[in-house]
Amino acid sequence: MHQPYLDQYWLTIKISLITAGGGCVLGLGIAYAVIREGTPRFLRTILTTFSGVAANFAGIPLAFAFIATLGTIGIVTTFMRDHLGYDPYAHGFTVFGETGVEITYMYFQIPLMILVIAPAIDGLRQEWREAASNLGASSWQFWRHVGVPVLLPSILGAFILLFGNSFSAYATAYGLAGNSVFLVPITIGFYYSGNVLSDPHLAQALAFGMFVVLAVMMLLYIPLQRRSARWMR
Amino acid sequence: MRRRWIAPSAVVWLVVAAAFFLIPLIATLLFSLKSIQTGKCCTGAAYSFVIHDDQFWSTIRLSFQLALETIAISLLLFVPTVYLVHLKMPRLRPVLGFMALVPFVVPPIVLVVGLLNLYKGAPSWFYAKPYGFLAAAYVILAFPYMFFALDAGFRSIDVHTLTEASQSLGASWLTTLVRVILPNIRVAALGGSFLTLAIVMGEFTMASLSAFRTFPTYIQFVNESQPYAAAALSLLSFLIVWAAMLALLFVGRGRPRPAQLAATR
Repeated sequence: MHQPYLDQYWLTIKISLITAGGGCVLGLGIAYAVIREGTPRFLRTILTTFSGVAANFAGIPLAFAFIATLGTIGIVTTFMRDHLGYDPYAHGFTVFGETGVEITYMYFQIPLMILVIAPAIDGLRQEWREAASNLGASSWQFWRHVGVPVLLPSILGAFILLFGNSFSAYATAYGLAGNSVFLVPITIGFYYSGNVLSDPHLAQALAFGMFVVLAVMMLLYIPLQRRSARWMR
Repeated sequence: MRRRWIAPSAVVWLVVAAAFFLIPLIATLLFSLKSIQTGKCCTGAAYSFVIHDDQFWSTIRLSFQLALETIAISLLLFVPTVYLVHLKMPRLRPVLGFMALVPFVVPPIVLVVGLLNLYKGAPSWFYAKPYGFLAAAYVILAFPYMFFALDAGFRSIDVHTLTEASQSLGASWLTTLVRVILPNIRVAALGGSFLTLAIVMGEFTMASLSAFRTFPTYIQFVNESQPYAAAALSLLSFLIVWAAMLALLFVGRGRPRPAQLAATR
């Protein structure tokens, strides 16, 4: 395979892995914080409703929301520059680069994780936690030996879902960094709509490559889905 | 030992989450209120530009009409299909479920490249018109959401008893479907429809690659010359998704939740 395209696949896979991993950890933390004992019930209703919206708020509008926030003249950027004396753009940050794409993707990855993992966390019973602490386990030991092993199949399944979610994203990256971050979907769009260079057959080949990656992910997902159903009622 | 108060670590998580999710929205609002000449807050110039732009009205009308068309075609296709599968061919249900996963696995960018190629020879009233090609593509995109919503709806009612009761009273198949089955799965059908509305109103990838001017492609176009107006439109787009999701919650009160995901990335 031609080197630049191989690099693009690696970049797309890398960004997908990072945002899926980050989305899993942060989504799990937030979902647990809102479901655990002591947190008022209405916060959960607000969070799940908002997650339903945020997981669907993507594409061009999301890209522009982040440009308005973290762009060169974005609200947060100018606030940091004028009031905190720190200019992120003077320190190599740009919302139009790889990091910017990753931060923006988190806006739909975290809510998706919250929606997917909440039923699994509900399955984590309070009695298990009490039993563990009666036997003298610390919070860390509870998570190490009970919590994470029970949730692991669900977390891995969610990870694959999040991976696919960000791997197939086009509009968000296009609106944000259409000509600076070369992801496979962006290149497909470029060759297909062809402003300068048009090569639909190359676009089709690249598209088939994406399909293969996602099909492999789906094959991994199905057995995990079966296993994680075991602890849910 | 039951906790009475919220755990301190939970407070930290939730405050950080609220900041991450709310700051971009607030920033977009502030950004949209800036003046194009001075770059200072606050004017409604961006909003007045949007309201007075004919293209805004024509593209949002096109997207809305496409959404209604997609919903109508999807319901006409999938309500009888899912009904028949539940009534007569329960063994085909997993097959349909598997087919519904395909639009999840195949990203819109891949799907649209394939569809444009497949329909290349089609007559121009279909291929060159958003109401033809784009609506057909959106029906595929909406299939999983429609199917899973309807499937859940049909599972919660007794299809056999309802059908037999209706037929023994002399109703035809059409009467049974329209006057007995449809009212019973109304909530599921509405849920699937609101999700479809949210998908179509925000879909950019397919519209952009097949070169049709829908609402999301209009936002992209405006951004090239009017960044503040693009921020105003982004906010409007967010409100449309909110409205669709709240409507979804409202019709589904007290019932099992339909899936809440629509992919428009």
